[in-house]
Amino acid sequence: MKNFSGKVLFLNRSDINTDEIIPARYLTENTKEALKPYLLEDINLEGFDNKKDIEGKAVIITRENFGCGSSREHAPWAFEVNDINLVIAPSFARIYKRNMFNCGMMAVELPAETIDQIFSVFSNHDTDLETVFNDGLFILTAANIMESFEFRISGFDRALVEAGGWVDYADSKY
Amino acid sequence: MGKTIAQKIFDSHIIDNPFEDIYVIRLDAVFCHEITTPIAINDLVSRGKDRVFDTSRIKAVIDHVTPAKDSKTALQGKILREWTRRHKINDFFDIGRNGVCHAIFPEKGFVRPGYTIIMGDSHTCTYGAFGAFGAGVGTTDLEVGILKGVCALGYPETIKINICGKIPDGVFAKDIILSIIGLIGVNGATNKVMEFAGPVVENMGMDARMTLCNMAIEAGATCGICAPDMTTVEYLWDFIKDEYKTKEAAQNDFSKYCSDPDATYEKIIDHDISILEPMVTFGYKPDNVKPASEMEGTKIDQVYIGSCTNGRIEDLRVAAKILKGNKISNALRGIVSPATTEIYRQALDEGIIATFLEAGFCVTNPTCGACLGMSNGIIAEGETCASTTNRNFSGRMGKGGMVHLMSPATAAATAIAGHITNSKLYKGK
Repeated sequence: MKNFSGKVLFLNRSDINTDEIIPARYLTENTKEALKPYLLEDINLEGFDNKKDIEGKAVIITRENFGCGSSREHAPWAFEVNDINLVIAPSFARIYKRNMFNCGMMAVELPAETIDQIFSVFSNHDTDLETVFNDGLFILTAANIMESFEFRISGFDRALVEAGGWVDYADSKY
Repeated sequence: MGKTIAQKIFDSHIIDNPFEDIYVIRLDAVFCHEITTPIAINDLVSRGKDRVFDTSRIKAVIDHVTPAKDSKTALQGKILREWTRRHKINDFFDIGRNGVCHAIFPEKGFVRPGYTIIMGDSHTCTYGAFGAFGAGVGTTDLEVGILKGVCALGYPETIKINICGKIPDGVFAKDIILSIIGLIGVNGATNKVMEFAGPVVENMGMDARMTLCNMAIEAGATCGICAPDMTTVEYLWDFIKDEYKTKEAAQNDFSKYCSDPDATYEKIIDHDISILEPMVTFGYKPDNVKPASEMEGTKIDQVYIGSCTNGRIEDLRVAAKILKGNKISNALRGIVSPATTEIYRQALDEGIIATFLEAGFCVTNPTCGACLGMSNGIIAEGETCASTTNRNFSGRMGKGGMVHLMSPATAAATAIAGHITNSKLYKGK
């Protein structure tokens, strides 16, 4: 199973699309590793610098409809090669969410009010998130604040995270 | 209880329900292009699973960057080409006989009512125009589709959009779908199917229906869908005439893929288009839409007519009608890319290509190219493009550029005016 704990990168905007996550000009690469420097290069987000703000982060917390647009699995891959395997948002685009779990990564939905609360308490601090997978728990810590939030993923998504992906599972079963 | 089109197709293809909210369905076709397939092929090879579930149900095309623009894109084409040869996938469309995937696969008769189809491309939702269930997927789902002919999906709840009223002059399928996306938002149909119905859809040709369904993904939908009817039969007749004695028999058979009168919808939206104006996007989201009249005078550097949304023959005919006898403004440049080789040939025969050339357009080969900023018409930082494509995302057509989505008619009028315009030219006045 991949790592789902570490420092949090807050992206405070809804509808961040997969062209912003990894622009199409990099879809000519035939390896995942080549995508690493280009993650979030075209994001339309005031004050964000992809050259400085991604380093050392392991978790994204963001707003609604994350990963909309193109079906490119290069979007999860670009996160994966930057050691970011978990995105938390109120909602995701269908294909993006499927692609994350198909890669053994996690796209986890929390209610919009919870995300609001997390943004207001934590987004101005250097924040760590610990995932307790078996208990379905995220523990957020920053300075002297600590809060935990329950999460739920579907049985299929859980199976994919535990199996590390969908290809071998499907090949053995169908 | 009645079912929707999508539910009927889905139910007849379910082979497993391994978890509460997930269904594994059998696929009638898997389509491939050179951007998302090569990594799937390489992964299958590295897993020792270089197999395909059924060579006759897999179709492939090189369309995104064609001709190849550099060594990397040449390699993507090469991997796809060699894979089709290795597995004897006969329906492979290389340069010279290719086209934008969602234009060429329907044109070849590969999309039929009742089919389930996936492709590693989000605009696979286009195929719903034929009463098929077409869903865009990522590379892993594509890989499993290639290997096993199955896909795991959630059950398709449907939003029905009844489009009624008289289509005003100068308003086309593109304006209608832009107005719907503006209404429900880029997240308005996530995980849902958008069923387009009503008299306006019934009177539309297949090209217009494809434009409607094509942009369902811009509202987050899994697929757009229209009921198959005699228009669908006429389009497909050359491909199905050996299977049916008469067109009526075909229509009768396809009617099993129409929604029941008592089908359950998640939501029904009545959309009267009688006073709809030509629509244009602003900003970086496809739901940022305004009437073209409110964008009048907006500076444009490039006009682009093409793509899986609006590069079909009907689109080129409308644009050519407006361009005929006119020159495009010196303030901008124009590019037209007929969506397939066959459309290109047809446009040549009808004098459409000559009209574009005389107006001052650059006529380029069929390709996705500029739509997603990969080749054949990328714009510079700070430039704007009036485009018949489907996405106005930040950087979509080139870093730092702005895309205004619109119909081919508005794009052609804009090319002549030199700025966005709600022109009388396309109102037949």
